[in-house]
Amino acid sequence: MLGRQFFVKNGRRLLTSNISSRNASCLVIAEHDYKAISQGTLSTVTAASKIGDVSMLVTGSGIDEVVKNASSIDGVKTVLAADNEALKNNIAENLAHVVANLSGSYSHVLAPASNNSKNFLPRTAALCDCSPLTDVSEVLSEDTFKRPMYAGNALATVQMSDKIKFILIRATSFDKANVGGGSANVDNVNVDLGEVKNAGNFISATVAASDRPDLTSARVVVSGGRGVKAAENFPIIFDLADKLKGAVGASRAAVDAGFISNEHQVGQTGKVVAPELYIAAGISGAIQHVSGMKDSKVIVAINKDKEAPIFQISDYGLVEDLFNAVPDLTKKV
Amino acid sequence: PRPFFLGNRQPSRKPPCSHFPDMLHRTLQTKLRALVGVKRVIDYTVKIRVGANGVVTDGVRHSANPFDENAIEAAVQMKEKKIVNEIVAVTIGGPKSVEVLRGSALALGCDKAIHVKLDSDDTQLEPLLVAKALQKIAGEVEADMILLGKQAIDDDCCQTPQLLAGLMDAPQATWVSSMEIADDKKSVTITRELDDGLQKLQVPLPAVFSTDYRLNEPRFPTLPNIMKAKKKPLQEKTLADLGITDTTPRIKVKAVSEPPKRAAGVTVKSVDELVDKLKNEAKCI
Repeated sequence: MLGRQFFVKNGRRLLTSNISSRNASCLVIAEHDYKAISQGTLSTVTAASKIGDVSMLVTGSGIDEVVKNASSIDGVKTVLAADNEALKNNIAENLAHVVANLSGSYSHVLAPASNNSKNFLPRTAALCDCSPLTDVSEVLSEDTFKRPMYAGNALATVQMSDKIKFILIRATSFDKANVGGGSANVDNVNVDLGEVKNAGNFISATVAASDRPDLTSARVVVSGGRGVKAAENFPIIFDLADKLKGAVGASRAAVDAGFISNEHQVGQTGKVVAPELYIAAGISGAIQHVSGMKDSKVIVAINKDKEAPIFQISDYGLVEDLFNAVPDLTKKV
Repeated sequence: PRPFFLGNRQPSRKPPCSHFPDMLHRTLQTKLRALVGVKRVIDYTVKIRVGANGVVTDGVRHSANPFDENAIEAAVQMKEKKIVNEIVAVTIGGPKSVEVLRGSALALGCDKAIHVKLDSDDTQLEPLLVAKALQKIAGEVEADMILLGKQAIDDDCCQTPQLLAGLMDAPQATWVSSMEIADDKKSVTITRELDDGLQKLQVPLPAVFSTDYRLNEPRFPTLPNIMKAKKKPLQEKTLADLGITDTTPRIKVKAVSEPPKRAAGVTVKSVDELVDKLKNEAKCI
């Protein structure tokens, strides 16, 4: 059962619900690649399970396979399937409209704190006149959460009072829910985007295909920074990552300089990672980069500058030229 | 120096444009007005400290949020290309926030500024309220494009542009790394950064843009421009002036603490030692 729907017209909710009698019920907005639900979404399910019953919304065009996958996630009771051509490219205006129309039935609407969800979830919250919360790293209760600020150098405990709590979850702070044990009901959502007048028009996307594990959930990450000096040198980072079956990350400096493309950036406004092993080569360790990787279990720093700030947070620091150390390490691991 | 289009003619008492109908026509063509949001934040180089009352801000260096500088630069470049004919900068903050208007926005090329003045420099308005204030300002100045930095580096919320677009029911273009305005000035083609690559969108105006560092390289204000900035119009308003009377936060900060510190690490002398430690001590390979 979907519960009552709240229609959004001209950016405002038309109906109000009898909210005082509502128990906590969570809607997790899934991310996927049309095959599997993303790791970040699985962590969001865990976070949501600490709050209340969990339903999951899967959107896109041609989502049968991934909906089946979603319905087997441990802890998910219902899967809502919104299958529509207009939802193919995650256009924020369309997604926000669909999610806002469903939000009224839930006390909490959650998504992983990725670029994709950060794009549409705050917009959805605005449509519902609610104040969203980004990057939640701990769930203390239905309305109280912890989240990092100032590039992770301060931790705030906050209390939300809106009737619908829109929350973006810091996926690295929560274990991933298991896939395969659950058997959720599947409900189809009627998608009506007639009200959406001013959506962006999709032209194209260049998505980097990779055989390597996903950066945000890999067990090992090897990152290169400004010290790698040129794009032609980045293969020494790739080689080490491949030997360790890990993902490749980069500092902002490396991406700005064109050594590697933007989706590898780890940091305050890039990706947040917390692998078992993080190897930073040629990365000085600015606050902004550290913010994205300081929850890693083991941090290794390789830098020829012994004063580099990265050595203050590394577990193992090797002061050596990365052009010697990294290929040598690749041979010996 | 005399305007180039007058050539070698003797100066006349009539204004130049009446001599040159073509020039008049060109100046009346559609040009856009940009609204740029700027926030005063603790400077990104500062190592912040958490005190009894939260993050220590007294005596700590503040500056314009770095991503907002990308927004200002984008607007100024469009003005130089004569795509935009007026840039209005806005900040919502306590008394000291005027620094980011005079010292950054106006000094870098914005034409006028609006300071929505809060009582205290320490008030952190939640993004939804900021977005509501920006919505009112955007309406008042009749902005065609609103450019905001993608994220404020103090609260790291990364929400205001998206909230604003939702409130305005306007299209949004977030994490923009390139912008191309259409010849008819009715839309903008942007490239934006995704989790797994890049996306190209065409966005009709008016729209909200959130700017990312790869969009441009912000210029530094020159001394002459800093001096000129002192004379540019700067208007003060309050939230009440904008019709925003309820400023009760929906999200209350109960406590701020420092995160747990990592235990100190060790230096290894060679790759061999590193491999040994990773295998036998850390047991992660």
